[in-house]
Amino acid sequence: MFLAKIYVTYKPSILDPKGETVKDALQRMEYTGIEDVVMGKYFEIKLSSSDATSAAKEVESFSEKLLINVNMEVFRYEIEAITE
Amino acid sequence: MKAAVITFPGSNCDLDMYHALVDEFQIETEILPATITDLSAYDAIFIPGGFSYGDYLRTGAIARFAPVMAAIKAADQQGKIIVGICNGFQILTEAGLLPGALQTNTQPGFICDITGLKVVNTTSKFTNAFTKSINQFPIAHGEGNYYVDAATLATMQANQQILFTYTDNPNGSIADIAGVTNVNGNVFGMMPHPERAVDALLGNVDGRAFFSSIIASLVNQQEAIKA
Repeated sequence: MFLAKIYVTYKPSILDPKGETVKDALQRMEYTGIEDVVMGKYFEIKLSSSDATSAAKEVESFSEKLLINVNMEVFRYEIEAITE
Repeated sequence: MKAAVITFPGSNCDLDMYHALVDEFQIETEILPATITDLSAYDAIFIPGGFSYGDYLRTGAIARFAPVMAAIKAADQQGKIIVGICNGFQILTEAGLLPGALQTNTQPGFICDITGLKVVNTTSKFTNAFTKSINQFPIAHGEGNYYVDAATLATMQANQQILFTYTDNPNGSIADIAGVTNVNGNVFGMMPHPERAVDALLGNVDGRAFFSSIIASLVNQQEAIKA
């Protein structure tokens, strides 16, 4: 079995109003070193795939179809083998 | 003319749309669940506002894979009128029936207000009955910030796909865009709510021209078929 950790974020060209709002709050809290905040989504998905290559293929397929909106988001992922 | 209003789990403007179509415009209308797979009996399909599937993941992202969507795509291929209001607009962009995407408003928070809409193109199936160039429409959304890349925007402008723009952009939408059609001009989406502006008792009838436009274009279409 494999565990996929998938991170979804806006494309750099897209304004991230939620991230901006968090950044403003952090700066108001006097964390003066905050340069930028990106707020995204995180998924952990377990797959019964037989090998890491087919798991990766599946992750890429469903991430593009459902987890992201290709107009404005991108994703990256990590896959690790796990025991049940 | 027969209309369908599609209700998803979490839709909440379905009854407003039904009221506008049936009580204000005497159109034979049925509210149908998102599990339905055949829409061949209907001339116009309305996807109402709300929070389909709780807006989980992204607005419209789960609804896009509902059973009814194959029937909606089939209706599009037949050139039938398909309207998405608010969450319905978000669903149509997610499904690829309209270009672009709706992202979080630039100003934090949900906006519930009245907004000025400029009618940019009065030759469409959705705007042919508008007589005023500026109309007041209710808005109520948190993710109404329309985004489309520069190349697509140029194509949309060239094809006259932008029907409405905001006079005072409330949500950060690119080029002040409020309402758009597909290339063929049969699918339309916008965040503002025409169905909430059809009854003089509620103080605003600017939305009536939207429904009159659709009825006029369907009547013309049927006369063209007869002739």
